[in-house]
Amino acid sequence: MGPSDSSAVPALLLRGVVKRFGSLTAVDGLDLDVPQGVVLGLLGPNGAGKSTTMKMLTAQSLADEGEIRILGHEIPAESKWARARMGVVPQHDNLDEELTVEQNLRMFSFLYRVPRRQRREAIGRAMRLAQLGDRGDTLVDDLSGGMRRRLLIVRALLHRPELVLMDEPTVGLDPQVRQDLWGVINALRAEGVTVLMSTHYIEEAERLSDEVALMAAGRVVERGTPADLVAKYAGATVEEYTPGEDGIDALEALIRGHGFTTRRTGTTVSVLRAEELPESLRDRLATPLRRASNLEDVFVTLTGESVE
Amino acid sequence: MTLRQTREDARPEIHARPGRFEADAVLGVVAREWILYGQSWRATTFAAVVEPTLYLLCFGFGMGALIGTLAGYSYIDFLGTGIVAVSVMFQSMMPAVINTFIKRRFLHTYEGILATPIDVRELVTGEALWLALRSGVYGCVPLLVAIGFGLRPGPGMLLVPFIAFLAGFAFALFGIWISAVITSVRSMDYVFSGLFTPLFLVAGTFFPLTELPDWVQSAAMVNPLYHAVELIRGVVFGGLAPVTALGHVAVLLAFIVLMWFLAGFQMRRRVVSSGGLPPAPPPSHAATRRRWAPSAARSSRARPPRSR
Repeated sequence: MGPSDSSAVPALLLRGVVKRFGSLTAVDGLDLDVPQGVVLGLLGPNGAGKSTTMKMLTAQSLADEGEIRILGHEIPAESKWARARMGVVPQHDNLDEELTVEQNLRMFSFLYRVPRRQRREAIGRAMRLAQLGDRGDTLVDDLSGGMRRRLLIVRALLHRPELVLMDEPTVGLDPQVRQDLWGVINALRAEGVTVLMSTHYIEEAERLSDEVALMAAGRVVERGTPADLVAKYAGATVEEYTPGEDGIDALEALIRGHGFTTRRTGTTVSVLRAEELPESLRDRLATPLRRASNLEDVFVTLTGESVE
Repeated sequence: MTLRQTREDARPEIHARPGRFEADAVLGVVAREWILYGQSWRATTFAAVVEPTLYLLCFGFGMGALIGTLAGYSYIDFLGTGIVAVSVMFQSMMPAVINTFIKRRFLHTYEGILATPIDVRELVTGEALWLALRSGVYGCVPLLVAIGFGLRPGPGMLLVPFIAFLAGFAFALFGIWISAVITSVRSMDYVFSGLFTPLFLVAGTFFPLTELPDWVQSAAMVNPLYHAVELIRGVVFGGLAPVTALGHVAVLLAFIVLMWFLAGFQMRRRVVSSGGLPPAPPPSHAATRRRWAPSAARSSRARPPRSR
C-alpha cells in the first residue's frame, strides 16, 4: 500500500503546478496545502482554473510542471492508490438515468471495490445520508434536481474516502436546494473527512469551509479562514453610499483619496473598513447603508471581479 | 457507527504496483455493464433474435430458392453459419462504436469511472470484455434460429460460443478504438458506410470469397469477420484442419492484441488531457482570464489594502 497512513501527511499538496492548453495557461504555478480533516473551499469565477485543478487531482488532466501529492501518493504515478482513498463529485451529473437509486450506488460500489459483505450496508448508509432511504427503487430520471445532486455526492462516499473532491457541487441549483446539500457536506465535516470543494458561490464557501483559498488566473491569491480574510481585507463594517449630484465617479474618487478601498455595488459605492472613516469625510457623505463585511467584499477587492 | 470507525475496513484493497493492470478493476467495469443489462436485456434479446431470423427468412428462403447449394452446402446452412459471425460483429462492434462514443462524449460516464481506482486500459478492457461475453451468448441465438430453419445440430456447435467470444472481443476493441478516433456523431457515417459495409460483405458471409477478384480476397485475409466465419463454419460442419483453425485463431488473437493497444492509447488521448486543447473549455475562458489577470497580479503582491 502507499507510503502514508499517518494523519501528519497532508491530504493535498500542490507545489508550482502549471497546466497549459496551447497558449492558454489555465493553472499557473499553483501552490496548495490541505491538512487532513479540513474543509477547504476553492473559490473563484469561471476560468480561474478550479476545474482544471480538480481534473489534475484525479489524473484526468496531467500537469505540465510541478508536484502533486494526495494523501502522500504522487500524482499521476500513484493516482490509482489515491483514487482508492478519495471520492470525487463531478461537476457534470453523470448518473445513469435509466437505473434506480440503488442500482446507481451498487454500480459504484463495484467500481470502488467495496468488499462484497459491506456492499449492502454501504449502499444503505449512502441512501440515508442523501435522505433517499425510501427511494432505492426510484429511477434517477424521476428524482428532483436536489435529490439527484445528493445522490451524486453520496455515490462518491461509498468506500468511505478520507478525502472528497467536489467540483462545483451545487452549480445550477436553486438556493433552497443548495442549502439542503450543505447538510450532506456538513455531515462529512463532522466525520473528519477532508473536503476540497470548488465553488463560485461566496455564501457556500463562507458557510461550509474551514478555510477558503481564493483562486484567480490559475493560482491561489489568498488563503485563510473566512473570518480572518474578512477582518484582514474588509474590516468589520461596509458602508454603501448612494452618489449625489457629482456622480459615482466623483464619490469614489473622494473616498479613495482618503486611502479607503471601495467597490461598486450596483448604483452605490461600498466602502470597506468603514468603521475607520474619519468624521471629516463622513460629514461630506450622505447617510450610508451599513452592513457587516463579508467574504464577497474580500473577493472583489482581491480580484476585481464579482461572483454569485 | 461513524464513517471514521469503519473507514479503514471499507477501503478498497489495492495491492498492485502503481500502473499495474488489475483484474478487479476490469471486473468492476463488467459489473457495471451487468447492472445496466438488467434494464436493457429485453431490447438486446429482441434485436439478437429478430435480426438473424429476418436475414434467414429473407435471404435463406428468397435467395436459397434461387441458389440451392453453395460451396457444397445448402444455401440456408451456408448463410446460417455466416449470420452467426455477422451477428457477433453487430452485437459487439456497433455498441462499441456508438455507446462508447456517447458515454465518453455526452454522458460523462468515463469521467466518473476514471475518478474511481480504474485506469484507462482497465476501462477499455472491461467494456470490451462485457461486449465479448454478450456476443458469446447472443452469438448462439442465430445458430438456434438456423437450426429452426433446418441446420443439422452437431457437437462442433458447442465451440461456437467461444469463437463468438473471441471474435466479439476483437470487434469490441476495434469499435472502441474507432469511437475514440472519431470526434463527432457525423463521423459515424464514414464508419458505417466505409468500414462496416465492406467488413460485412467481404467476409464470405453471403457468398464465398472465391467469387471475388484476387485483390479483394487478399484484403479479406485481414478482415477478422472472415476468420470468424471460417472458424464457425469449420466447427459446425467439421472438416477444418487443426492448422487452419489455429491460423484463424492466431489472426483473431493478433487483431485483439493490436486493437487492445490502439484502443487503450487512443482512449487515453481522449479522456486524459496531457496538453493541447482542454476537453471542454468554457466559451469565455480566455476572455475571463484576460479580465482577471491584472487583478490577480495586483493581489499576488498581496498586502492588506490599507495600513494606517
